[in-house]
Amino acid sequence: MNIPAIVMFLMFVAVTLVITRWAASRVRSASDFYAAGGGITGTQNGLAIAGDYMSAASFLGISGLVFASGFDGILYSVGFLVGWPIVLFLIAERLRNLGRYTFADVVAYRLEAGPIRTLSAVGTLTVVAFYLIAQMVGAGKLIELLFGLPYLYAVMAVGALMVTYVATGGMVATTWVQIIKACLLLGGATFMAFMVLANFGFSLNAMFRAATDIHPDGLAILSPGKLVSDPISAISLGLALMFGTAGLPHILMRFFTVKDAKAARKSVFYATGLIGYFYILTFIIGFGAITLLMSDPSYFRASPDGSFDPLAAMIGGTNMAAVHLSQAIGGSLFLGFISAVAFATILAVVAGLTLAGASAVSHDLYASIFAKGRSTEATEVRISRISAIVIGIVAIFLGYVFENQNVAFMVGLAFAIAASCNFPVLLMSIFWRGTTTRGAVVGGSLGLVSAVTMVLLSPAVWVNTFGFPKALFPYDSPALFSMTIAFLGIYIGSKLDRSARAEKERAAFEDQFIRSETGIGIGAASSH
Amino acid sequence: MPSDTVAMIEKVKRDPEFLPVVKKRARLAWTLSALTLAIYFGFILLVAFAPDLLGRPIGDGTMTVGIVAGVGTIMLAVALTGLYVRRANNEFDAKIDAIVARAAS
Repeated sequence: MNIPAIVMFLMFVAVTLVITRWAASRVRSASDFYAAGGGITGTQNGLAIAGDYMSAASFLGISGLVFASGFDGILYSVGFLVGWPIVLFLIAERLRNLGRYTFADVVAYRLEAGPIRTLSAVGTLTVVAFYLIAQMVGAGKLIELLFGLPYLYAVMAVGALMVTYVATGGMVATTWVQIIKACLLLGGATFMAFMVLANFGFSLNAMFRAATDIHPDGLAILSPGKLVSDPISAISLGLALMFGTAGLPHILMRFFTVKDAKAARKSVFYATGLIGYFYILTFIIGFGAITLLMSDPSYFRASPDGSFDPLAAMIGGTNMAAVHLSQAIGGSLFLGFISAVAFATILAVVAGLTLAGASAVSHDLYASIFAKGRSTEATEVRISRISAIVIGIVAIFLGYVFENQNVAFMVGLAFAIAASCNFPVLLMSIFWRGTTTRGAVVGGSLGLVSAVTMVLLSPAVWVNTFGFPKALFPYDSPALFSMTIAFLGIYIGSKLDRSARAEKERAAFEDQFIRSETGIGIGAASSH
Repeated sequence: MPSDTVAMIEKVKRDPEFLPVVKKRARLAWTLSALTLAIYFGFILLVAFAPDLLGRPIGDGTMTVGIVAGVGTIMLAVALTGLYVRRANNEFDAKIDAIVARAAS
């Protein structure tokens, strides 16, 4: 039982609930609910994007991976970061200029709303579901360990808080939760890395020397290890990480909260800088954990003769490396702070996911397809709030069901689907005149189905999770193949489409192009 | 679509300065995208094919080429976004704003 952790966490919850209350009083229109009325500045949005993106998985997972295998941890974070320049160069400003609340607005700009919004909503909900399950299970385990709360209660607490933020405060509350969390996480990680470096007189070489002296793998932790065995897997994983970012619905949605393309670009620059800085901190934290924890038996489960395996026997698993390091550096008070930050980190990410899922249901499925644009704003927002509650209940249920399953592959799957369904459809509809509704639906569905199928048949799931003797698909990451299938599907499906509708869609490209480049007629999110 | 938006789009279409600016910006965006891809996949392919090179220590220290390459890739990615935002938000936006202002008049 860690009293400082509980006190600090309750303070975070209290502050965010006060903000949610304030946000709820400001949410009057659909634009307020989905896009914070377009009133978020570029700097604020940059922080919020960073808060949305830096999950507990990247904080604890990458520092834990660095702790266990050194260099290999760096590989992941580089992949997670290099998606951001692509988002900036190709997507962000055009998304802002063409859309209002969801990325489907952009794709449906000249393509037919019914099939396109159905496809986008399915893509969004699938990505949100896998991402959310991974976060819920991780959150439950983490809270169980840090606060001693039973798993089910922990998952219920996370679900209840995220639904409260989203359903009452919409995008305004979600944004501020993400901003506060980003500041806390960056502050905490900076302090930790600073203390680690101070230990070595701010000499990186001294830190690396100490780490290689004590780590069982020695000098090998500073060069590539077993994570990348064959080039196909490496490229496929790289593609998923790089282009998945540009297809994550909760990230794309953040660009509608700023007023124009200029602010959207600025927010990507700030976000990229902050996320890059954060990943560099996690390397230092990981190597610091090697030097400060591996000689101290109190962080490990020792065998009867007092010896311990520093790689396999860490209390709570190597994902706890950063948390244990906070204790080693700043005692139980700082441990409490970092534990509370880890919890806050999860809350901000799941809130963003819930809002993206709820918007897909209310804005894409309900308002555009079911009510065919005849619903009122008030009804649409009400449907969105109800969807957020339903998503919360489903997330708690799935978190409970998957408690003892290996969910590590689910974040990778979410990125693979985002890269193979949402991203190709969005990119082709923005850049290629020839894209038609039929082509987009054919390619997007094939990308989605092939990504999910290949992951199910992969070694990680078919063998390690289902227990079959031999994988039917040889690679863990499908993106190289499923992205190719998606782009080819869109291209061929569009080329073969000779319908009158397709002609109209191709003809509408020029107007779309001018609006996407100039921002003329921008879906003004601000209504007051 | 409101009629004034339609009229503005028609004017932009006929503006002789529109296509050159947009093409120049697009060329920068695609060049930087290709550069990002090349840097990242260059790094990944080195990991896959030349792990020994990345494991080589720098000078007399313990730090290896691989650590510097990984952190360098991150810093380059940030620098490229900074470069694009600087040019797009100043040089290109000034021209686009002028075109839109002409179309609105």
